[in-house]
Amino acid sequence: MPLNIEPAIAKADDFYEALIDTHRGLTLEQSQMVNAKLILLLANHIGDLDVLRDALKRVRDGL
Amino acid sequence: MEKDYQSLELPYRRSPDQDLAEPVHHPVIVVGAGPVGLATAIDLAQRGIKVVVLDDDNKLSFGSRAICFAKRTLEIFDRLGVGQPMVDKGISWNVGKVFFQDDLVYRFNLLPEAGHQRPAFINLQQYYVEGYLFERAETLENLSLRWKNKVVGLTRHTDHVELTAETPDKSYRLTGDYLIACDGGCSAVRRMMGMESKGVTFRDRFLIADVKMKADFPTERWFWFDPPFHRNQSVLLHRQPDDVWRIDFQLGWDADPEEEKKPERVIPRIQALLGKETEFTFEWVSVYTFVCMRMKKFRHGRVIFAGDSAHGVSPFGARGANSGVQDADNLAWKLQFVLEGRAPDTLLDSYGVEREFAADENILNSTRSTDFITPKSEISRVFRDATLQLAKDHPFARRLVNSGRLSVPAVLWASPLNTPDTDEFAGAMVPGAPSTDAPVRVHGDHGWFLSHVGQQFTGVYFAAHGAAPADALAGLAEGRLGVKPVVVVQPGMSGISYPGIDVVEDSEGLLATRFDARPGTFYLLRPDQHVCARWRSFDPTHVRSAVARATGNF
Repeated sequence: MPLNIEPAIAKADDFYEALIDTHRGLTLEQSQMVNAKLILLLANHIGDLDVLRDALKRVRDGL
Repeated sequence: MEKDYQSLELPYRRSPDQDLAEPVHHPVIVVGAGPVGLATAIDLAQRGIKVVVLDDDNKLSFGSRAICFAKRTLEIFDRLGVGQPMVDKGISWNVGKVFFQDDLVYRFNLLPEAGHQRPAFINLQQYYVEGYLFERAETLENLSLRWKNKVVGLTRHTDHVELTAETPDKSYRLTGDYLIACDGGCSAVRRMMGMESKGVTFRDRFLIADVKMKADFPTERWFWFDPPFHRNQSVLLHRQPDDVWRIDFQLGWDADPEEEKKPERVIPRIQALLGKETEFTFEWVSVYTFVCMRMKKFRHGRVIFAGDSAHGVSPFGARGANSGVQDADNLAWKLQFVLEGRAPDTLLDSYGVEREFAADENILNSTRSTDFITPKSEISRVFRDATLQLAKDHPFARRLVNSGRLSVPAVLWASPLNTPDTDEFAGAMVPGAPSTDAPVRVHGDHGWFLSHVGQQFTGVYFAAHGAAPADALAGLAEGRLGVKPVVVVQPGMSGISYPGIDVVEDSEGLLATRFDARPGTFYLLRPDQHVCARWRSFDPTHVRSAVARATGNF
């Protein structure tokens, strides 16, 4: 099963605001930790290694 | 009074070889009398192969060094006749705990099921392991152990090797059909052949201390990340025999090894862990940097590398000595078959294939653990710390915490010696897997399955209500590539016997479960107890083909 890059977030603007809000008042270092934990939590929720590898490759290829 | 194996001085004895004009020829010469060299030599000698072991020193290991010996290694030691003293002296353990700061985050059990003779691990100082192996070696007529014999010259020919050995008397030459280099991480044989073991060094240092004290810690492997007593670094604690405790302190790359070994540096660290009132003495202190590396190929014609000479790992998974002993287990029977003319020399290529594969698995696991314990980049450290913080409250994160993935034997699933399955099977006993254990009864006496298989090819037939094709099974033992038949009968069916066949009662039904066996199922096990073929019905022709395949006799 490939990574889904088509729209799937139910309320996109709500999510985007919540994401930015999560980092409000944090230092960059704190934000790094928040991001790392978020990645691990969501990766666990997805579970499938192929999907995860797909996502990892996609973001690395972009550089 | 227990022998002090660390201070044992072994005698140099001049060999008759040294007085002859021409070099004496031996079937196998083993260089290095550490755990791997001794295991290889004992296995060969038990198999009727004459072996000479050369060691440049005259003492056993100093310092505890390798201390965690895995179940599979203990099973190999059982086959070599040294398992029981190891287990009697050693400290058995199955449970590990991982702490982050002040909290327990993860607990694991390496042998959660009953019905195995040996525990997941014993802790036993390397000098005891070597001492017991050495004492076993001394009982074997086929084994000649030569201390203070240092290999200083090596010439390879297509069909033999010639060595020059330096002794307290003058040097002498000897030749061998095969040379097994078990001379450790700084292998002189490897260097003399102009070869390297290549890999990755971890930019970190660990202080390793053997501390003698009375302490209340349970018999569990304890690992701390960022504990209050050693902030921002890791600590590992293991119990050993004789009230000796192994404590490893991560120091970081910038630590000065010579300074850190000094008592005034070590004592405060230990007091921070144990409290100032605890009385203790040091047995041994060392500072380590870890490397994961291997030779590209372990076999070079008549010279074969085993143990640390071939591959090295960081110690967090206890995969060094354990994989080295598994190398010996893999090699000795193959050498026997080749030397006896029962298999072609090419069978020894499979040692390289199988053990290079196992080394890669051990290196992968050891590297991953070391990357978690010593993150290689800032962002890696962020993820590592994120994992540890999440582990407090999130079960999924506990599985990610990696303080060491403890040694399990590699399943040689891709080995050319295996016969691929043509029938459906579930479970772990795939071709290439080392045989599992289970409780059995033989003539009413309780015993263990593994003591009935291995040493030679073994055919295990699972009988229906005791009925077995006895003549055909007994016939397997005939010929140069004979197979020892074993019949497994169901629980309660005692009193069944067949001439020329071992019969074992699967006393708790665990054998049938673990092998996913039904009546008629047949497993072929190699002399090193690894599964190499299995079928849902017994056909001697299939068995013979599988043995031919497993011995390189196509």
